Amino acid sequence: MVDKTLELFDCGHRACGGCGAALAARMVTKAAGTNTIVVSSTGCMEVFSTPYPETAWKVPWIHSLFENAAAVASGIEASLKKQGRNEKVVIMAGDGATFDIGMICISGAFERGHDFTYICYDNEAYMNTGIQRSGATPYDASTTTSPAGKCSFGNKRPKKDMPQILAAHGSPYVATTSIAYPADLMQKVEKAINTRGPCYVQIHAPCCTGWGFEGEQTIAIAKLAIETGLWVNYEMVEGKVVKAKKVVRKPVEEYLKTQKRFRHLFKPTRQDAEIAAIQAIADRNAEKYGIDIKLRKE
Amino acid sequence: MTLAVGCRARPGKSRDNKTGSWRVFRPVFDKEKCTKCGLCITLCPEGCISETEDEFVIPDYTYCKGCGICAKECPGKGIGMLQEEK
Repeated sequence: MVDKTLELFDCGHRACGGCGAALAARMVTKAAGTNTIVVSSTGCMEVFSTPYPETAWKVPWIHSLFENAAAVASGIEASLKKQGRNEKVVIMAGDGATFDIGMICISGAFERGHDFTYICYDNEAYMNTGIQRSGATPYDASTTTSPAGKCSFGNKRPKKDMPQILAAHGSPYVATTSIAYPADLMQKVEKAINTRGPCYVQIHAPCCTGWGFEGEQTIAIAKLAIETGLWVNYEMVEGKVVKAKKVVRKPVEEYLKTQKRFRHLFKPTRQDAEIAAIQAIADRNAEKYGIDIKLRKE
Repeated sequence: MTLAVGCRARPGKSRDNKTGSWRVFRPVFDKEKCTKCGLCITLCPEGCISETEDEFVIPDYTYCKGCGICAKECPGKGIGMLQEEK
């Protein structure tokens, strides 16, 4: 069971007020417990949690390069195994390190079948270096490297389906979750850590600075992503989706309107075709994972 | 600054950094409206809200950045945000 009073991610870190990733780190460390070694690749979380000589972590923590967190964790896991120790190895990396830069090392580590848990806090762009697009950036989001303007509506490519890629590697447990549902998040992280083999958990963590909203809205926006079907909380065991959070879906507009990165879809003129294209993404998600609750009519 | 071996740092050393000075709005908790559900404790990104001895919740203003998540998410609307006067 998760000890909710345990605080292993301490006060005084330098995340923005209302940071989704900081909240994710707090919940993950709570779920993982004290018998854990955390590996963090470069990214916002590494920068705000550990400006030398300070650290917010109260568990052993090691910083790797952007690309090799999975390789560093593999080494730690192999060494622990040789020594007959039972510490759990957890990787905390951002979406840039996971979806783009770390792909080779992650693929290798998952294929070798190391016993670790890979956690990706997904804030849908490279936030630390100034909001550049990553493989996780959703369709039509404006970032500094995919700016919306006269000739473009922002990012032209849909989000990469990372959980499916890692499930295809034969991972025994792959899950997506969101900071808006803390109990679900902690339960999934705990399950991933207690499952043997390489497991993957992807956490939707809104970024107030990068997405353009007030810090107090973080949880509300994370909830809206689920309620509109643009983010699906699901669990995959041995490559099969066994559970998905069902919702009564809202139109995607309600989610898009709350963020500056989608503002060009409404101002100066409303772009109905683009909003319809995003709605189609949500509809496909709903069909794929069967998240729609059918309301019975009298 | 001298570096420690392996550039290591004491666990939780970030407490030296008093982030409370960032705050523009201060969360004020209403004891009457509090149902002790603990949602604010769970959702605080700083982890600076804790329970007092008489089971009331109180944030640590030394570290609270005043993001307002607790006020926004409180089911009983028992937290207000007041502008800081310095």
